[in-house]
Amino acid sequence: MTELSLRLAVSFVQILAEVSLVMLTVAIMTLAERKVLGWMQDRMGPMEVGPYGILQPLADGVKLFFKEDIVPAGANKAMFALAPMLTMVVSLIGFAVIPFGPDITLNIHGLTIKPFVIADINIGILYILAIASIGAYGIILGGWSSNSKYSLLGGLRSAAQVISYELNVGLAIVGVLLLSGSLSLVEITEAQSGGFWHWFIWGARPDGFFPIHTQIFAFVVFLISGVAETNRITFDLPEAESELVAGFFTEYSGMKFAFFVSAEYASMVLVSCVAASLFLGGWNAPYPGTIFEYIGLEQLAWIEHIVWFAGKVYFFLFVFIWLRATLPRLRYDQLMRFGWKVLLPIALANIIITAITVYLFPR
Amino acid sequence: MEQVFFFYFAVVIAATSVLVVALRNPIYSTLALLIMFFHVAGLYVTLHAEFLAAVQIIVYAGAILVLYLFVVMLLNLKQDVRYHRQWPMAAAVGVILVIEAVVLTAMKGWTTPAVAAGTETAIAGAGNTEAIGDVLYTTYLFPFEVASVILLVAMIGAIILAKKDIGEREA
Repeated sequence: MTELSLRLAVSFVQILAEVSLVMLTVAIMTLAERKVLGWMQDRMGPMEVGPYGILQPLADGVKLFFKEDIVPAGANKAMFALAPMLTMVVSLIGFAVIPFGPDITLNIHGLTIKPFVIADINIGILYILAIASIGAYGIILGGWSSNSKYSLLGGLRSAAQVISYELNVGLAIVGVLLLSGSLSLVEITEAQSGGFWHWFIWGARPDGFFPIHTQIFAFVVFLISGVAETNRITFDLPEAESELVAGFFTEYSGMKFAFFVSAEYASMVLVSCVAASLFLGGWNAPYPGTIFEYIGLEQLAWIEHIVWFAGKVYFFLFVFIWLRATLPRLRYDQLMRFGWKVLLPIALANIIITAITVYLFPR
Repeated sequence: MEQVFFFYFAVVIAATSVLVVALRNPIYSTLALLIMFFHVAGLYVTLHAEFLAAVQIIVYAGAILVLYLFVVMLLNLKQDVRYHRQWPMAAAVGVILVIEAVVLTAMKGWTTPAVAAGTETAIAGAGNTEAIGDVLYTTYLFPFEVASVILLVAMIGAIILAKKDIGEREA
């Protein structure tokens, strides 16, 4: 029984640490988005709260916390409250299988724990797909329960969009699964160690440099579909402000609104983590080994690994903001046509080609 | 411990299944079905069939049920449309299920489960997903192909139904 309670305690500590990290990143993102957008549009961004505006997320949080919680007349109260919670929970539990550091095992009182991944389950990536597919419920329910036409339209659009692009996400990762031969994100990341030419985006075999198994097409499909699944510009049809006010969360205010917004940012972080782990080698540095190893500090190598992982994740998060500053919104029929007639054939062709190359040149 | 989880999942599955047909608001019925799918997935996890659990959630909860919810929300069913006469059909299905349950309970212990020797060790060694892939593409290749053809027919049928007007316009 002590072993069980110890395991529970360790898991709780890990969950707490990871959730705080993710929420910290979300807070940074809300500021970074406005700052970067400001710079790209030749503005300063928020400057009022704190030095250089860096306390803006704190001010936003306090403001949203003290806002009145408005429930629209005729809304379904239970569902109206459930929707933001569901969205938030769904976007946070996906992080359980993300390895954000090397695969070390610690031994505490006969209990082996992996400090940098909460649950190294053998179906890691399928778990993330399953969680992502549940994300649509919060949006649909929020749209339906608000008793508003704009919200309902936003919710319906979101359902169609998430189902369409989920398929592309699933097919884009099949190439990676063929190469790594595993569904566990830890094993997928480990298969890409030893320099950037072994990352699946480049796809060299373990003994060579030639990009025979390159997954760059799958990477592009995954990234575009990831943007669509997180309802970000250029695919933010569910919350298109010029047509639908704010889409599915038009009627929300206060903390419920904050939940929807931070869930959106958290799922952006999740998509970035998955993209980094699957295609850009996760915690692996772009050179073989680590600098700490070369100078004789092997026990500190995990710091370098984590820095590389965080760097990759923040690069993707920057790309999200970059897209928002650069591209206009697609029209609804363009969105559907692009997903089904462009991305889907590319993803399918990638599976066939990767299967053939893996068969001819096994890793 | 395993028994506790099993009974938890079993009770919730039974309760939510009843709720799916008993609730008057179709949206609530759909949500009850969602909870049921999750607990069925949980049951798979207790059986060490993690792959099935994930697929259960991706396919049923993530795709099919979202479409149900979509349709239910769009139709906005009226009271009179929802309750047509289903009693004879429901009674027939219910009687068959009760007979099946009685027969299965009575037959408990008559036959041994037909699991080949060494299956569990093979799964533990190769991993759950590999084991399913292996079996699916060797032992059960024919049923697998038949299922694929049936799905293909359904796909083509859906396209033909949706694109009915194209041929007429040209003719």
